Amino acid sequence: MPHALTPELRALQEQIEEHARAYGLDFFEIVYEVLDWEEINEVAAYGGYPARYPHWRFGMEYIELSRSYAYGLSKIYEMVINNDPTYAYLLAANHRVDQKLVMAHVCGHGDFFKHNFSFAHTNRKMVDEMANHATRVRRYMELHGVDEVERFLDRCLSIDNLIDYNAPHIKRRPSDEEDEFPSAEPKKLRAKEYMDEYINPAPVLEAERRRLEEARRREERFPSRPERDVMLFLLEHAPLRNWERDVLGIVREEAYYFAPQGRTKIMNEGWASYWHSKIMTEKMLEPSELIDYADHHSGTMAPYPGRLNPYKLGLELWRDIEERWDKGRHGPEWEACDDFEARKRWDTGDMKGREKIFEVRRHYNDVTFIDEFLTPEFVRRHGLFTYDYDPASKQYVISARDFAAVKERLLFSLTNFGQPVIEVADANHLNRGELVLLHRYEGVPLKVDLALETLENVHALWKRPVHLETWLDDEPVVLSYDGTEHRTEPRSE
Amino acid sequence: MIKRIERDRRRFEDIVRGRIKKDLKHHLTRGELIGRRGKELVSIPVPRIDIPRFRYGTRDTGGVGQGPGDIGTPIGGHGHPGASGAGGAGDEPGEHLREVEISIDELADIMGEALELPRIEPKGAESLQSIRSRYAGIKRAGPSSLRSFRRTYKEALKRELASGTYNPRRPVVVPVRDDMRYRSWREEPKPIANAAIIYMMDVSGSMGDEQKEIVRIESFWIDTWIRKHYDGLETRYIIHDAAAREVDRETFYSTRESGGTRISTAYALAAQIAERDYPPEEWNLYFFHFSDGDNWGGGDDEKCFRLLNERLLPIANLFGYGQVESRYGSGQFFNALEENVHADNLVLSRISGRDAILDSIKDFLGKGK
Repeated sequence: MPHALTPELRALQEQIEEHARAYGLDFFEIVYEVLDWEEINEVAAYGGYPARYPHWRFGMEYIELSRSYAYGLSKIYEMVINNDPTYAYLLAANHRVDQKLVMAHVCGHGDFFKHNFSFAHTNRKMVDEMANHATRVRRYMELHGVDEVERFLDRCLSIDNLIDYNAPHIKRRPSDEEDEFPSAEPKKLRAKEYMDEYINPAPVLEAERRRLEEARRREERFPSRPERDVMLFLLEHAPLRNWERDVLGIVREEAYYFAPQGRTKIMNEGWASYWHSKIMTEKMLEPSELIDYADHHSGTMAPYPGRLNPYKLGLELWRDIEERWDKGRHGPEWEACDDFEARKRWDTGDMKGREKIFEVRRHYNDVTFIDEFLTPEFVRRHGLFTYDYDPASKQYVISARDFAAVKERLLFSLTNFGQPVIEVADANHLNRGELVLLHRYEGVPLKVDLALETLENVHALWKRPVHLETWLDDEPVVLSYDGTEHRTEPRSE
Repeated sequence: MIKRIERDRRRFEDIVRGRIKKDLKHHLTRGELIGRRGKELVSIPVPRIDIPRFRYGTRDTGGVGQGPGDIGTPIGGHGHPGASGAGGAGDEPGEHLREVEISIDELADIMGEALELPRIEPKGAESLQSIRSRYAGIKRAGPSSLRSFRRTYKEALKRELASGTYNPRRPVVVPVRDDMRYRSWREEPKPIANAAIIYMMDVSGSMGDEQKEIVRIESFWIDTWIRKHYDGLETRYIIHDAAAREVDRETFYSTRESGGTRISTAYALAAQIAERDYPPEEWNLYFFHFSDGDNWGGGDDEKCFRLLNERLLPIANLFGYGQVESRYGSGQFFNALEENVHADNLVLSRISGRDAILDSIKDFLGKGK
């Protein structure tokens, strides 16, 4: 059972939030719940949401969390969910200094959720929405059997990364007006006969004719434009029963809700860490708590052996940006200067850092954040490197340390949330109602065994043969599944 | 009420069990499980259970890391980054088998399910009565049929007195839900039937290491399964070549002797032990004999039949004879038993190799005796 805050924690919360607001952070009301470790593992298994639909993967998550807790691998929990009010959890057994740290950290997340553009479209009442989802799924389970509904959920989850991560921000589908059935002949502007060739010049007419031609051809295809949101396409066109359609919709809605968190991991964790460190060291820390605080802070920031810690990377980038804008280390003059000593001493006294980071936290996501603010100095100072699998020694080895390589690799792992771009290219393949998915190949092949299994799941939804056009070993191939067997055939690009 | 997470955890465990069941043969015949006991956890590698998605392999994408080291330095442990959350740069989960921890008991259950083994029914009618219930207290919840009027009334009266609503001149006491008291009961387990297994093994020269390993694995699972159905289980071990003697467990599995084979000596010893230590009216007796089926001639077979018919089969729940195939044994004994001894509780099984262990267990335990 969740417990309300003790008066002591309540007082801490008020104090911390006051400091946070004084720094300029702005968040929805934060509601804390204090849980013991079993409860917090349970809540964590559900991703922080008190009511989720039943599914075995939450059980799996729970077992893993409990085990890693029992083995002492993870201890301080900071769990906060994007909602209004923002919910966050405290572990009852934690020391006072940890509670402070977590609360300060949560203020940072709360501010980020409220103001970063990526979250602007998310449902701020998602806790309630998810409870509704849970009720609906549970009802379907009662009606159609747990096994059947769970199997269907597995299939939906199997494609829950095939959504259009940018969909909330841009318009992909043309409005009806643009898409009206194209006429055969381009419209001419009215003109007197002798002016006609000037007002309606032949090249323009020709181009217009071609455009209409293309539009007509598109009209004959289905879908008329490649569809990035595979889930939506299946939702609209796959032969599903009503409850199945609803469940697919639920999974898709949750996938869209969670997407921004994946797309702002580095920024968001960095931002929260920046603020917990600021609030703790400047305002809230008592002398006796210093050692514990330093221990736990550095524990969170420690890079895993050889890999990247989003908390650490984010925090350092935020600090770097603040310093650069405080000292005016940006813009053409700074870029042009290659005198090492001058750069080292560079300080225009701008003091625009704080202002800048608040601006950045509103308008960027991880991709644009890294793209714009990762500098060669930063990469060198923090010892970033890229690693690759070395087949000879059968292990991962450091492959490069130069700025361009690191940045490119980082961006690759972040673009489209590190997921391959796969779209519906044709849903009436060979006029037989077969589905063709197209993988936009970027030089990295899909993991084949998983791809085959996933294809089976897509087939289960589409109920007709499905094909995936992709690349294996640098050869274009098409993987097909017709419900009984898999085929892999070469194709011409 | 079952916690929601418990339900999901159980669903997950069912899936794991399903996976284990699929590949049961492989899991059960791993030698290193031998010697574990009931609740002890063993880890079993299970192929990936996660939901498949279209995604890149870690090997092909590589990643970005942080720390010292020259180009070409291995970055070491590619494990999970811990409970820091999903997604984000460079924390793709490693591609490995998931280790699932499961107790030997559960494994035996899975085996039981997979082989469709019936539950063993201890013999004797009395031994079935293993739990006795007694009314032994009062609870706040229960069925209306067990409501204790006196206690309920007392509670109601106490409440009314305390809240000042009791009127002595008009003593109407109306119990509300909180006042309800119900009789409750306690379940007292009665000692239930015990079981003893007497294993016999031929250790003559023709039984090689592989044959012994098969016997070890098979008897381990038989042991575990029978143990699940009885409170106490005693096991005795007899080895024999031309003569039989009782040994401890270690010796049973490790001894290798050469020489002839006289199966009747083992049966005689088993009968003697059983008659002395395990009176059949109190004990469920199991005999398992493993051999390569090569018995000394000269009328020893007939001695065996007599011992079985007269002394062993009448007192045994089950007598199992497992014939392990070996290059040297003639395997004659199996046929001899088949032709000459007919009894409900005698089960013969041929074990051609490791893969046949499960089928043989099914032969032995499939009768539910």
